[in-house]
Amino acid sequence: MSTPADPVNDRAGADPAPDTEPTASRIGLLPRDLALIALFAALIAVLGLPGSFALFGSAVPITAQSLGVMLAGSILGAKRGMLAVLTLLVLVAAGLPLLPGGRGGIGVFVGPTGGYLIGWLLGAFVIGVLVTKVTGRTRLPGLILANVLGGIVAIYAIGIPVTAWRVDSGLLATIVSSLQFLPGDAIKVVLSALITAAVHRAYPIPAAGRRSGER
Amino acid sequence: MSVTTYHPGTSWLHAVPAGPKLLGLALAVTGVLLTSHVAVVGTELAITALLYPATRMPFRLLWRNTRVLLPFLALVVAFQLLTATWQKSLVIGGQLLIVVLLAGLVTATTKVSTMLVLFERLARPLARVGVSPRRVALVLALTIRCIPLVASAWHTSSDAYRARGMRRTSWRVVVPVIVRLLRSAEALGEAITARGVAVDQPVSRHDQR
Repeated sequence: MSTPADPVNDRAGADPAPDTEPTASRIGLLPRDLALIALFAALIAVLGLPGSFALFGSAVPITAQSLGVMLAGSILGAKRGMLAVLTLLVLVAAGLPLLPGGRGGIGVFVGPTGGYLIGWLLGAFVIGVLVTKVTGRTRLPGLILANVLGGIVAIYAIGIPVTAWRVDSGLLATIVSSLQFLPGDAIKVVLSALITAAVHRAYPIPAAGRRSGER
Repeated sequence: MSVTTYHPGTSWLHAVPAGPKLLGLALAVTGVLLTSHVAVVGTELAITALLYPATRMPFRLLWRNTRVLLPFLALVVAFQLLTATWQKSLVIGGQLLIVVLLAGLVTATTKVSTMLVLFERLARPLARVGVSPRRVALVLALTIRCIPLVASAWHTSSDAYRARGMRRTSWRVVVPVIVRLLRSAEALGEAITARGVAVDQPVSRHDQR
């Protein structure tokens, strides 16, 4: 054991030699990354459970599930964030009742607001791409912008047209999204940025396909 | 969490393999969305509703699948009544309901595990672009296992928060939960490596400490 004050040995312990890196798959994911994908898919599911997250007491009954989508993109990055969302959606499609109100099955995808679920994939990806562009990852404005563009713009870009097609009215689809989803999502964008900044300060988030300690 | 969307039974639809059932659903949905005459859509809706007793599904399942859509359905039908014809409003409302009811019937007659096996089989061609089927199966199983773990981490964190005298839950509760997830991912990753499940190539040396 090295003494904790010895920076040389600590560094050596955390930083493996480059030739010991064969466990990444061809798409560049370590077993640790698979675990992160599963854990964040589970987090999105837990955020959809009733009573898990009462934002302002219980006065505003918004579900926090899309917050989980934003967090997956913000914290895990584009690739793992999108795969975490995909994992959840596959389990939902298989019939597990993991969406708010215990909904699940194929019906939620072919339903009128199913486009938003597909939009989650793009949303997590866009947030992940943008967050890596934010210099100094604890800066709030950049994180908020990334979450707005991914968590609202990208998700709605798929959700609204699908609803519009199914109800045969672009106006109605826009009304639905701005009344049903926008107020909650605006709050969640800020929350996701705050949480991501705090997590970045508290724990170094490992990049996909890299061992901990590696840059 | 004890609620599942699967409804056990021994009907003919339960016996149809998941692959053909899903294909049939896709064809039926396409067909329904292509029809636009109010009488045809009405007939389709009647047939769909009759499929529930025909597969010995209880009435409350039909009602439950309808009920989740009702507020939205009322909005759509009312909106189309105001802006278009009554025929169009009924066709669009009917199509929405039929599609959701059909999909609900497929989900109700197919076990989650059967559906997952089908999805994993459908994902097999992705092996060519580097997606290992074993890894896909592992992540899906791991997620199901992780849900109660994450839920208990969640409750621990919010209990600790309340024990310190904070009255309302806040976003700050989420931070320790996520840090805990990031930490446990390292341990889980090592456990996966140790079992050789997700290793595509041999490990030359296990690093760290």
